[in-house]
Amino acid sequence: MSGYLNISQARVRYGEVEILKGVDLAVKKGEFVALLGSSGCGKTTLLRTVAGFNTPTHGTISIDGKDVTRLPPDKRGMALVFQSYALWPHMTVDQNIGYGLKLRRTETGIAKKRIDEMKGLLGLDALGHRKPGELSGGQRQRVALGRALAINPEILLLDEPLSNLDARIRLTVRHEISALQRRLGITAVHVTHDREEAMVMADRIVILNAGEIAQVGSPLEVYNRPNSAFVAAFMGAENLIDLDIVVHGETVDVKEGRYNGPASFSKAGRTLLTGAAIARFRSEAITLSAKVDPSHAPGQPHLLLRGHVEQVSYPGGIWRHVIHIGDRTVIVDSHTRFEDGAEVEMRIPEDRLYIFPPT
Amino acid sequence: MNTLMIDLKWIPRALGLGLLAFAIFGPLTNLLLWAIAEKWYFPHALPLQYGFSYWVNVFSPRGNATGSLLMSILIASLTVVLSIGLAIPAGYALARLKLPLRGLILLILLVPQAFPNLPVYVNIARIFYQFGLNGTVIGVVLVHVTHGLVYAVWIATAAFSAIDRELEEAARSMGASALRTFRDVTLPIAAPGLLASAVFVFLESLDEFTGTYFVGAPDISTLPLLLYTASSGGNYQIASITALILLIPSIAFMLVIERFLRADVLSKVGR
Repeated sequence: MSGYLNISQARVRYGEVEILKGVDLAVKKGEFVALLGSSGCGKTTLLRTVAGFNTPTHGTISIDGKDVTRLPPDKRGMALVFQSYALWPHMTVDQNIGYGLKLRRTETGIAKKRIDEMKGLLGLDALGHRKPGELSGGQRQRVALGRALAINPEILLLDEPLSNLDARIRLTVRHEISALQRRLGITAVHVTHDREEAMVMADRIVILNAGEIAQVGSPLEVYNRPNSAFVAAFMGAENLIDLDIVVHGETVDVKEGRYNGPASFSKAGRTLLTGAAIARFRSEAITLSAKVDPSHAPGQPHLLLRGHVEQVSYPGGIWRHVIHIGDRTVIVDSHTRFEDGAEVEMRIPEDRLYIFPPT
Repeated sequence: MNTLMIDLKWIPRALGLGLLAFAIFGPLTNLLLWAIAEKWYFPHALPLQYGFSYWVNVFSPRGNATGSLLMSILIASLTVVLSIGLAIPAGYALARLKLPLRGLILLILLVPQAFPNLPVYVNIARIFYQFGLNGTVIGVVLVHVTHGLVYAVWIATAAFSAIDRELEEAARSMGASALRTFRDVTLPIAAPGLLASAVFVFLESLDEFTGTYFVGAPDISTLPLLLYTASSGGNYQIASITALILLIPSIAFMLVIERFLRADVLSKVGR
């Protein structure tokens, strides 16, 4: 554990319910970390614990080697951007952004310069005298960000700051925030339930499940090498099938079944045992073809699945097929359309198929 | 034919509204007439002579009204300061801290209002007598505070409950201490609600009769006491003028309340 912000064995409970069940995390200086998880997984609780609004029953939080576990929020040198923005309705934009500077007794001239700088950075120049009630959602979001950044926080904490924005604005603001964070070199912890948002913004993603860390890694790692069925599903590999496997040495052999062909993959460090297993894959990772395709030549190792098309739709760009494989239903995207009821074969490349022990 | 039917339906409604208007404005008109009547006796429907000589009397240095008015305002102001001073911490605690029995505490505040006023004030007067508080401004203010505190605490609790906790947390996160947060964020946002409760307390105090009578009289004379003395002595002009003076702050403050008390605060009263 040697980061700038260290969370060690943090346990937090609300009354009888333990929300965080021992979380370890080290965030490096200048790093952008996203806490990703579905609602109720404890990601906001973890952020609030770091900010000082929750006290862990066990474990420590330290910044730059200094234990801050018992420090009140105002003594931690962090700035939190709230999901609701929490702008003070009785203050103007200038007063909201300048409040942290006022608390630090910054000289009026310098404070004014800093406020103008923030407004310039966030495109709020003309709005200094407006009250938050007179701003749009996107503008409020930027004021909240400006207020947090104005004090040059050592750590910036973001609690789903984009979830109240229109889908279109959200895409732009994502890039604005991460560009700003890189430019200013601030350490940032960002809470979100949006997978794409975390992938696009963060250097490192922490996936939380039921109060525990499921996986930590770069966007590439968590996307392509999920370490559990939960992470695979959360990262979009929603399709699920059952397999029978035989493990010997460093090879995993998939036994031929009613709906799948035989295959042989390398174990690649996974902990798998001979017997029943489950496999997950994304709908876009598959080659779909008509049954008995003679052109198929065994090149790259892959798994062959057989099924029939139940439904076809066109969400744009590709055709989306709902396919029955035995009693499982999977969704498969393809550039060519297959009619309802058509018998089809699916080929999933080895590196797109995530095999896990049965749950 | 059809239109006539509808017109007929309006008759009872118009009568009802007329009666209501009479019930509201009748006494007020009577009051206004008495305030400017020089001579008015039975069987005449309207005063025989109009004039302002009683106004001159009331506000003359020898008249009691100016003194009573000032005393009323002094007592009401002190009552407001004391009630709001107690209601701000009490209301904040009730709104923010997860006090067990929060509802019960709010209910207990109401209990004194549930009993008939007279026995309560007679007892208070007896107790105050032991401490030498009878006939003092402090004594009367204390009686008014027991009454005004109920409104003050209930409305203050509602005003503080209406404030999103994250607004305070945002200030803490920016580096403000708990006290500074209260001063810079909580109090200004709660101010309209607190102002409204101050107005209620002020008006209640201005209007209060029973407690003032038992604890204050005869040393302390407020406007309601003057009104009582004047009207029981058959001096309707003085009584009407006093009543009009009492009406002015009520109307002024109702306008203030209407302007500042927002629906989202009112909806939290008693929650």
